[in-house]
Amino acid sequence: MTPAIAQPSLPADWRDLVALTKPRVMSLVVFTGLCGLLAAPVVLPPVLGFTAILCIALGAGAAGALNQWYEADLDAKMRRTANRPLPARRMERQSALHFGVGLGAFSVVLMDLATNHLAAVLLAVSILFYVLVYTVWLKRRTAQNIVIGGAAGAFPPLIGWVAATGRIDLLPALLFAIIFLWTPPHFWALSLFVRSDYAAANVPMLPVVAGIRHTRLQILLYSVAVAVAALAPWALGLTGTVYGLAAAALSFAFVALALAVFANRAEEPGGMKPERRLFAFSILYLFALFAALVADRWIAA
Amino acid sequence: MSPRPEDELVRRQRERARLMAWLLGAFVILLFFITIAKIGLHR
Repeated sequence: MTPAIAQPSLPADWRDLVALTKPRVMSLVVFTGLCGLLAAPVVLPPVLGFTAILCIALGAGAAGALNQWYEADLDAKMRRTANRPLPARRMERQSALHFGVGLGAFSVVLMDLATNHLAAVLLAVSILFYVLVYTVWLKRRTAQNIVIGGAAGAFPPLIGWVAATGRIDLLPALLFAIIFLWTPPHFWALSLFVRSDYAAANVPMLPVVAGIRHTRLQILLYSVAVAVAALAPWALGLTGTVYGLAAAALSFAFVALALAVFANRAEEPGGMKPERRLFAFSILYLFALFAALVADRWIAA
Repeated sequence: MSPRPEDELVRRQRERARLMAWLLGAFVILLFFITIAKIGLHR
């Protein structure tokens, strides 16, 4: 159970409601969802495509709000998250719960109205997975939290594709796999240089539980797995040369940066430049890889 | 000088009500265009 936090009496400012949705995380979710939609072989009318992406964004926002509702006590203990609306006491916890549930339900119903049942079901599953499986069940219990929980963030391109086509194919399943495998090295790179934050909040992130050296090895192994998954669409003939070359170059850089992390011996955040570089590049990697996929599919079409 | 709590309460309520009105309006317009697009798809 999360301990009670003193409640403010004023209604929440709308900017704090926006902050609850984790807008920065949402940008990557929206982008990968849009790429899934644009890479699909069926072209939706623009208004339906826009609505599908809007629903993915709102669903991600709902998941973020419910995550912050449940983790208000954890966020209060970490410097990185202490200024969020709930730990900073700018909003009542119940408002965040109502906002999250309402936004999530609205996004699923609207997705169903605008596209198809399967896309709406996948959106609902992704929200519930993030909130119940990752936030409530895994995050405070196991160092594998981010490995399994990462599946929640892998749904958007699949949902985008299904919104357009109404079915699940091999390519969107591979896109799911890419993000699923990309999530651990991305978050573990971050958790290495904010390790003290997670330790203070008793979150069993891998560097806290298994140590820095083991985390660096895991980052390297997952980076190789990401590279294999990223090259699979091209190797299986689902994409063309443009994507293949981009995936090869980007994945080479990703593994090279992961190798630099593995070779690093620093124990203090000040000496963790390779980790910071990998974290920053991993975001660029996903943006560039998915952009290359869309470019490749459009050229082929 | 900081605003009185009652003034701040009313300001926030008004701000949220205005935002909600805009969002509801946008939702109605969006639903209209979704309906038109769906009719077009089923023709």
